[in-house]
Amino acid sequence: MFEPRFPKVVNPDSKPSNFCPGCGYGIILKVLGQVIEEMEIAPRTVIGLDIGCNLLAWDYYNLDTIQTHHGRVTPTMSGYKHGQKDSVAIGIAGDGGLYAIGLQSLLHTAHRNEAVTVIGVNNTVYAMTGGQAAPTTLPHEVTDTTPGGNFTAKEPVFGPGLVGEVAAKGAFLGRASVNNIPVMKSMMKKAIQAQLAGNFGFLEILSYCPTNWKTDARVTMEYVDKMAETFNLGVLDE
Amino acid sequence: MKAALAAGADFFAGYPITPTTEVLAGWAKENVTNKKIDFIQTEDETAAGFAVIGAILAGKKAWTATAGVGHVLMQDPLALAESLRLPFVMYVGQRGGPSTGTVIYSQQELTLARYGGNGEGLRIVYAPSNINELYELTQKAFDTAWKYRFPVIILGDGYLSKTLAPVDTTKKISVEDAHPYFLNGPIKNMRNCFSKEEELVEHLNFLFREFGEASREIVESESYKVSDAETVVFAWGSVGYAAKVAVANLRKKGVKVGLFRPITMRPFDTANAIKAVKNAKNVIVAESSAGHFGRIVRETLADVMIPNFCRLYKPAEGITVSDIEEKILGVTHV
Repeated sequence: MFEPRFPKVVNPDSKPSNFCPGCGYGIILKVLGQVIEEMEIAPRTVIGLDIGCNLLAWDYYNLDTIQTHHGRVTPTMSGYKHGQKDSVAIGIAGDGGLYAIGLQSLLHTAHRNEAVTVIGVNNTVYAMTGGQAAPTTLPHEVTDTTPGGNFTAKEPVFGPGLVGEVAAKGAFLGRASVNNIPVMKSMMKKAIQAQLAGNFGFLEILSYCPTNWKTDARVTMEYVDKMAETFNLGVLDE
Repeated sequence: MKAALAAGADFFAGYPITPTTEVLAGWAKENVTNKKIDFIQTEDETAAGFAVIGAILAGKKAWTATAGVGHVLMQDPLALAESLRLPFVMYVGQRGGPSTGTVIYSQQELTLARYGGNGEGLRIVYAPSNINELYELTQKAFDTAWKYRFPVIILGDGYLSKTLAPVDTTKKISVEDAHPYFLNGPIKNMRNCFSKEEELVEHLNFLFREFGEASREIVESESYKVSDAETVVFAWGSVGYAAKVAVANLRKKGVKVGLFRPITMRPFDTANAIKAVKNAKNVIVAESSAGHFGRIVRETLADVMIPNFCRLYKPAEGITVSDIEEKILGVTHV
């Protein structure tokens, strides 16, 4: 019989999944679990959640977790890391939490080079609240708050690039996509390794949101490919 | 700041704002030589509060200090601390509002301190009336916070923050130890987002019960010469100190006047407040706001018949001993 191979840090009681069918979070969280296990850092890892769909991960891991407030996971993790310097502090947040309400914390945490890791999930919308325009919404994209299409800006916010303007040397900044798991996994490792070396690590991940995109499986996959035409994948060089 | 250090505080996160910047700058200076403490100057007060929460989870005796509009921003982390029972300690130096207002003094942040945030105001608020009390109550705030695991605010003002006066620093109280919430035994998934009304109500009822039990041990007030008083002055914080001097002065002249001064603004010492007015014909509420405290007093004394309820309200202005003496003499038989 086929047994799904979940990492041991995943709490089996958290199933069935809290996430919508087709959501990218299931993949991201599972792979992050594998990374934590392979790096053998589970006993000293603490996960902070922002608000948004990521809050549903509150019982996903057999790890200590905290649901913070919207936009506030980055400073919470910074404070945690100051308090336990040998811990591994990982914050998970959405594009609204990081590039809108929590942007100044993201920028200044990078600027101060706090030794924490932030995983940002970009699905171009505020998903938990029903699909409003986010800083990452693509030009012309139709959302709940851009019913005629998004014309507010020519380009979305490019998070890692923006953070790169102020990040200290040694910080890891990158963007991966949920549809390329090996690359996403290796970049998650790098974002955590940066923290272990005493630096800030930030990884944005392009992810699926069929519920709010109102897309079927095929179009959902294509959507993320289309996102990658606007949001360059890879490690941001100094 | 010295009191916080005496209480074992070892982490501070903050953002500059008058009249509490000296705490931030003082801690930063201490941080240079004192290897036992740590510090972040954050990008805003909200981030400072959440960094304090992170450090508390990691087992630090963490705290912050702020004022005015910074106090407003701090309500976001305070609400989280209430929900998760975190021993969040904050000094507030009240300044004049609304908005940027003035930078030194008012008593207009009382309601915000007691009931700010989206919730039920499950926090302890201490109100020191002079600089010696500020030293004592700041230490006590850390003890209360860690003993009962509710946020604690020391609600001062700019005069208190900036007064230079001798302080008896020999008074050290024993302060509960800090422990890490995380990486310390069983896995903890700290949740503050509930999907069902019933789940939240259960959580709230638990918090109310614990807060109520803790309140009985925490509540504090000072009743001064009230037993035969015809007039009882209700005042708190810096005004409470001026009121005590006024009462002492007039007692020397035979005026039957007393003072009720809450030391914890929340929980409020209702029983002793009612006892204080047993023989009173007049109550005077003196405060540097247009009724933050007066509303509490009226609610507290709602079931007690007080023939004459007088207000000495000077919003965002200092109240002197002679202001209070004049008001007392205006209503009391001499």
